[in-house]
Amino acid sequence: MQSRFLPYMLLAPATLFLAVFFVYPFVQIGILAFSSGDGFTMGHIQTMASHWKFGTALWNTVLLTAIIVPIQLALALSMASIVTKLKTGRSTILFVFAIPLGLSDLAAGIIWLAIFEQSGFLNSMLAGLGVIEQPILFLGYQNMWVIFAAVVLAEIWRATAIMMVILVSGMGLIPKEYYEAAEVFGASPWKRFTKVTLPLLRPSLQTALILRTIAAFEVFAVVVALGGTTLPVLMGETYQWQFTMRDRNVAAAYAMVILGISIAATLVFLRLLRVPKEARL
Amino acid sequence: MAEIIIKQVAKSFGTFQALHSIDMTIRDREFMVLLGASGCGKTTLLRIIAGLETPSQGEVWIGGRRVDHLPPRERGIAMVFQNYAVFPHLTVFENIAFGLRMKKLPQQEIDKRVNRTAELMHIEQLLKRYSGQLSGGQRQRVAVARALAMEPDVILMDEPLSNLDALLRLEMRAELKGVLAESKSTAIYVTHDQVEAMSLADRISVMNGGKIVQNASPVEIYRDPAARFVGSFIGNPPMNFIKANRQDIGRWRVAGLDLYGPSHGASSLEFAIRPEDLTIGEGGFIATARVVEPLGAHTLVTCEVDGKPFRAVLDSDLKVAPGDVLTLIPKPDRIRWFDPETLLAV
Repeated sequence: MQSRFLPYMLLAPATLFLAVFFVYPFVQIGILAFSSGDGFTMGHIQTMASHWKFGTALWNTVLLTAIIVPIQLALALSMASIVTKLKTGRSTILFVFAIPLGLSDLAAGIIWLAIFEQSGFLNSMLAGLGVIEQPILFLGYQNMWVIFAAVVLAEIWRATAIMMVILVSGMGLIPKEYYEAAEVFGASPWKRFTKVTLPLLRPSLQTALILRTIAAFEVFAVVVALGGTTLPVLMGETYQWQFTMRDRNVAAAYAMVILGISIAATLVFLRLLRVPKEARL
Repeated sequence: MAEIIIKQVAKSFGTFQALHSIDMTIRDREFMVLLGASGCGKTTLLRIIAGLETPSQGEVWIGGRRVDHLPPRERGIAMVFQNYAVFPHLTVFENIAFGLRMKKLPQQEIDKRVNRTAELMHIEQLLKRYSGQLSGGQRQRVAVARALAMEPDVILMDEPLSNLDALLRLEMRAELKGVLAESKSTAIYVTHDQVEAMSLADRISVMNGGKIVQNASPVEIYRDPAARFVGSFIGNPPMNFIKANRQDIGRWRVAGLDLYGPSHGASSLEFAIRPEDLTIGEGGFIATARVVEPLGAHTLVTCEVDGKPFRAVLDSDLKVAPGDVLTLIPKPDRIRWFDPETLLAV
């Protein structure tokens, strides 16, 4: 066999697997969202959009993402900067930081539920300290913002490490000499970060942001665990339409919306953090 | 005015002592070369002056100001790195302007200085390019231009030519010398290349094992090595050494020859002579030629004297073949003597 075909042959099974189990269902969902028995229709999209929960779900999802991702980015950047400078114990710290990555998002949601619920750790602690006499209902519909904040907290706790790991490996690729040159030519630590680290980290930032943003648009289990349906999000609504309302077409329409905003966000990051070929490391 | 004074600077990495109490003064606008084999501590010393490394002890003074506790950016220095460290994400213009922007100079001044140094380094047509579109030599020029644009008190250079090919290195060496002579900066240049050191320096500090072995002008380093190491390190080929036994006060026997030498109490010394300070004649060392290498201007003959290799650089008109027996006379005023105990010149 000619050796130049070998790599393609080796990749064929995986490619085939992805095509069958991703591309095919994906096309199916596209068809579901835009067709009825009579052919093409925008009816399902209209049903979705005119439902009172759609606007809230879209707004909540986008707002959650807009709050969680920048905080995670800032945290991951500062943590990665510190970890990169460590001389000893670096792998231990990376390992500790990576622990939440091993947790499913539902488990993460339940852990935070155990903290915030009426008989949870937070209430027992506050009661034990004598701050409150009766347990407080943190996660009720009257306190939407508390549910919101709890989701933000749980997501940051759970998924910042993945960004950090990507950024740590990216920072490791930047030669030390650039920092020394910047230092000699007058750059303060902050300037070195903004003028050397950030521009040279663009490829890693791109990967980290795209991964995290897409995952944030799909936020589901943590929200369900902490707020049930009190805090509607796009993925939760998809689930509702599919399994409670038993309307696969509208569920598919929701999936298309998630897909749409994910693609849009990806394109934005690809464009914003593009590195011209001649300016690469 | 930027005189650099180094007082008892020492540096250890763990148990490894990289520098042993270095004392050195570099005069304003002087071109000082730190010369030594790899691992001798020359780069460490340069990095301590730059502020990229902290000394374990000692003081560094630049222009009458103690700087060893200051970050690099407050020392009035610029540096050319071995791998150039030209930022890949910035154009040549922005690379040269980097330090000037950090100083918050007005745009007009930045334009002026970038254009002037770019012209000086012959890279004015490359200002819009990125580092990835430049050759090694061009990157080197950008790195030097970036340092010159700062108009620094001190320019530090860490083996700046070592990554260039031989021809380019020769060209850049001459250019660097010209450019730096015109700048008002004091220069410290680290290299392991003795030819580079000889051709560039006002003064050379030869380093070995974390110590300065000799600190003198290039000619003095070459003619009067203060230590056996300097004689064996400088010069291509290096000095010849032969054991000398004391005959009488001031009389030494060297490979069958009786020579006048220092009136030193030791029973034996080392006789040393540079290969080019030998002539053919009567009553010299009896040398058997082993390898003959014509080098154009001269012929390098590796002989055997007293059973040890001994090199002579002879006129290329002279016909020598391997196996010939030559008599080589050392020029009396070029003979040097070293103490085999201290390894220092006598």
